[in-house]
Amino acid sequence: MSGLEQWNWSLDGWIIAAGILCAVSSALLGNFLVLRKMSMLGDAITHAILPGLAAAFFISDSRSSIPMFAGAVLAGILTALFTEWIRSFGKVDEGASMGVVFTSLFALGLVMIVQAADHVDLDPGCVLYGAIELTPLDTILISGWEIPRVVVVLSVVLLINLLFVVLFLKELKLSSFDPALATTTGFNATLIHYTLMTLVAVTAVASFETVGNILVVAMFVVPPAAAYMLTDRLVRMIILSAILAIIAAVLGHISAMTVPRWFGFQSTSTAGMMAVAAGLLFIIAALFAPRHGIIVVFVRRQILAWKILAEDIIALMYRIEERDPQLKPDATYLREILFSSPLPTDWSLHFLARHGQVIDSNGTYELTETGRDRARQLVRSHRLWEHYLVEHAGMSAENIHKQAEQLEHFTDRQLREKLNKDTLDTDQDPHGRPIPPEDERG
Amino acid sequence: MRPYFLVFLLASFVPQSLVIAEDNAREIQSQQSITDRSITMPTWSDWKRVLFLQDYNTRIVILGTTLLGMSAGMVGSFALLRKRALMGDALSHATLPGIAIAFIVATTLGLDGKSLPVLLVGAALSGLMGIATILLIRNLTRLKEDAALGIVLSVFFGAGIALLGIVQQMETGHAAGLESFIYGKTASMVASDAWLIGSAGMTCMLISILLFKELTLLCFDEGFADSRGFPVVFLDMMLMGLVVVVTIIGLQAVGLILMISLLVIPPAAARFWTEKMVNMTIVAIVLGALSSMIGSAMSAIFPNLPSGAMIVLVSTAMFLFSMVFGVPRGILIRKLRRYELNTKINRQHLLRGIYEYLEARGLLNEKQRLESIQVPIDAVFQMRSWSRPKLKKIIKRAQQEQLVELVHENQMQLTEAGLKEAIRLVHEHRLWELYLITYADVAPSKVDQDADAIEHVLEPEVISELESLLVQQTSEGVLQSPHTIEIDRNKTNSQNPHARRLR
Repeated sequence: MSGLEQWNWSLDGWIIAAGILCAVSSALLGNFLVLRKMSMLGDAITHAILPGLAAAFFISDSRSSIPMFAGAVLAGILTALFTEWIRSFGKVDEGASMGVVFTSLFALGLVMIVQAADHVDLDPGCVLYGAIELTPLDTILISGWEIPRVVVVLSVVLLINLLFVVLFLKELKLSSFDPALATTTGFNATLIHYTLMTLVAVTAVASFETVGNILVVAMFVVPPAAAYMLTDRLVRMIILSAILAIIAAVLGHISAMTVPRWFGFQSTSTAGMMAVAAGLLFIIAALFAPRHGIIVVFVRRQILAWKILAEDIIALMYRIEERDPQLKPDATYLREILFSSPLPTDWSLHFLARHGQVIDSNGTYELTETGRDRARQLVRSHRLWEHYLVEHAGMSAENIHKQAEQLEHFTDRQLREKLNKDTLDTDQDPHGRPIPPEDERG
Repeated sequence: MRPYFLVFLLASFVPQSLVIAEDNAREIQSQQSITDRSITMPTWSDWKRVLFLQDYNTRIVILGTTLLGMSAGMVGSFALLRKRALMGDALSHATLPGIAIAFIVATTLGLDGKSLPVLLVGAALSGLMGIATILLIRNLTRLKEDAALGIVLSVFFGAGIALLGIVQQMETGHAAGLESFIYGKTASMVASDAWLIGSAGMTCMLISILLFKELTLLCFDEGFADSRGFPVVFLDMMLMGLVVVVTIIGLQAVGLILMISLLVIPPAAARFWTEKMVNMTIVAIVLGALSSMIGSAMSAIFPNLPSGAMIVLVSTAMFLFSMVFGVPRGILIRKLRRYELNTKINRQHLLRGIYEYLEARGLLNEKQRLESIQVPIDAVFQMRSWSRPKLKKIIKRAQQEQLVELVHENQMQLTEAGLKEAIRLVHEHRLWELYLITYADVAPSKVDQDADAIEHVLEPEVISELESLLVQQTSEGVLQSPHTIEIDRNKTNSQNPHARRLR
């Protein structure tokens, strides 16, 4: 029993539509929250709109949507404002000031609402954390179509957010990456900031009311973070985050219907499962992203480490040859000098042998002609650098080896020529050892 | 969860409610009662009952929350200084799936799913997993801390909600007990809860006291601690562990959403009262205890006030008070100090301006008559970026301190005390300039600005040290200025470097 046979387009279609609308509107704005390192502000604002809702209700004494909406948005903006004030006037660390503000506002909201709630007869079997499952039940008529109210509201929000992002893309980009430059080039970064905060609050309120606030917090951060792992370009990041948000919404609702059934339960919270689905998408992106993914970065580092180890080995063999041409080093000998572990050393030696840089003769190793050329260049780079560091960077001769050891692997012929020129064509390094020529015959 | 329902209902059933209200008497009734928000004044016996802890339940609640507030204040101090304030928030949200899973597993195994230790172990495990995930994201990807927190917070919480949805369906379990972890159920705290909070909280405090020096070093100078051989990673994990424990024992009492406030607000308030770590933790402990005590007492006296939220609001009030009135870091004292410093700087600039005017005119040699030489206010006006009314005010102040005398509207002259002070100031200014030129490689053309920035806060010891360093090189009396002083520029020329110095 998969659960999907209960799929009903007129119900589940609308639920998914609401989920997608909420997810995409949040993700659009979330890109800029993530880029500005303000991800937690989304969470803070969604918590802090509570007293706004309550206050608007108390003041207007009605349950009408408009004042409540206004009150909540106002409370959301005030959260951003208070956080900023406490940070700047009180010189409190940003995280702490946010913590102070949103928990206080949330507590205030709780107190205000409990004041009213004690007199209201409520059915607790209703909805927890958003009633996205109930969205199809509350419909309004638009030109003859019965459309869920939520879908209408969220469509408007999505449209506003989309317009904001498209119209102010340049400004958002600039103020996200370089607020100082943004201010000096004449447009108002503060204005953009507070417009963004207002829209975050609007999106949070619209979603809070209908699909629950975890969903919007998750969608503010998780799809944009996943998109950020996948690309370096802002426009692509925005589009990717929207796509991921849509996938998370669809996947979330399907899994809310099916996954619990595998264990013999009924369906569970769609909003919660959407957050989980987004989390899974993030894990996949974080692990497998082509450039910044954890696996790619790890492999790239390993390859570099092996490459460096291989270069260290032939440079060491060159030095051994230089000092004592009779000595034929074996793997153990090389390993002890380089402090490397057995396995990578063996791999590197295999690699070198296969590329014809060393010859393996019964466990001892010898440089080939190509290997010697490459090693000479490395040792030359190393010693030129040592010379340069002493002469031009004012380092003392004892401390330069480590630095040169790192630099030698990233020094090409061009740079060596420049170094050679800067060190006045010297032929000795600071330790008095000869700097080998670029070519054997040179 | 109730508040959320209400919000939901309030916000979403608008159109119907208006219609229904007209023909449904019960609806009208409830609408009237919604608007009735009066808080019934407690009777004297209510006050007595709470204040003298006569009621067993009140005693338990106040004791439990106070112990919680104390341990959270202490552990939170370190977390705050380590800039981990929001980590507690992410952590507390991350406990929810653990609670739900612990319930499901325990119930499936035929155990009591609502047993507190079982639930707390589940909470701790998933909280630690949350922290580990944050650290992994932060260290292995290019995302920063804030994104890591946001991801863990929302995804774990979403998973928790989804799991609670399943728990709801279990035959043995009605999840009502579990949902109390979200908002807390302070008022229904029982003695065993208070004991648990007390023993775990005190253990956390004891560990913090034992590791006080190490944790302080970790917060202030991680690199130094590392270089001195302190086990930084272990200490960091220890601190996180303490935060986890305090958060978990607080879950039941104030709920996971408000638990963070106990970890953040009292330490942040304490920060305004002291520069010292020891004092800060003590103040944070006291504030945490006080807000818990007052908050839960208020909720016991006024039955309509939820205690978790009241504790937070009391501590917020304390935070705001500390932020404004705290010494030495509150807003007021800082403003006052800045005002005093500015006044001092203005006075010194005025006196130095007069002196330099006299010096440039070659009037300084006639020592005995010096204080009677009149200086036009305009000459000083040009040297600084003061507005005219501002200059008037500065002169008036200096007059009250009997440093200058206003001869008539546009002329002033130094008093004897003023002259002495001016000589001292110019001497110090030039000492500092000389020092900058000699030892700090500052170009003579720029040295005036640099000296300006720092001379007002020089301590007497520094001055005497500078003198012993430098004065041998010069003749007695006031030092010569190491750069040219431009006084008699064209009066309309606002490009005078001195006029722009303070910018």
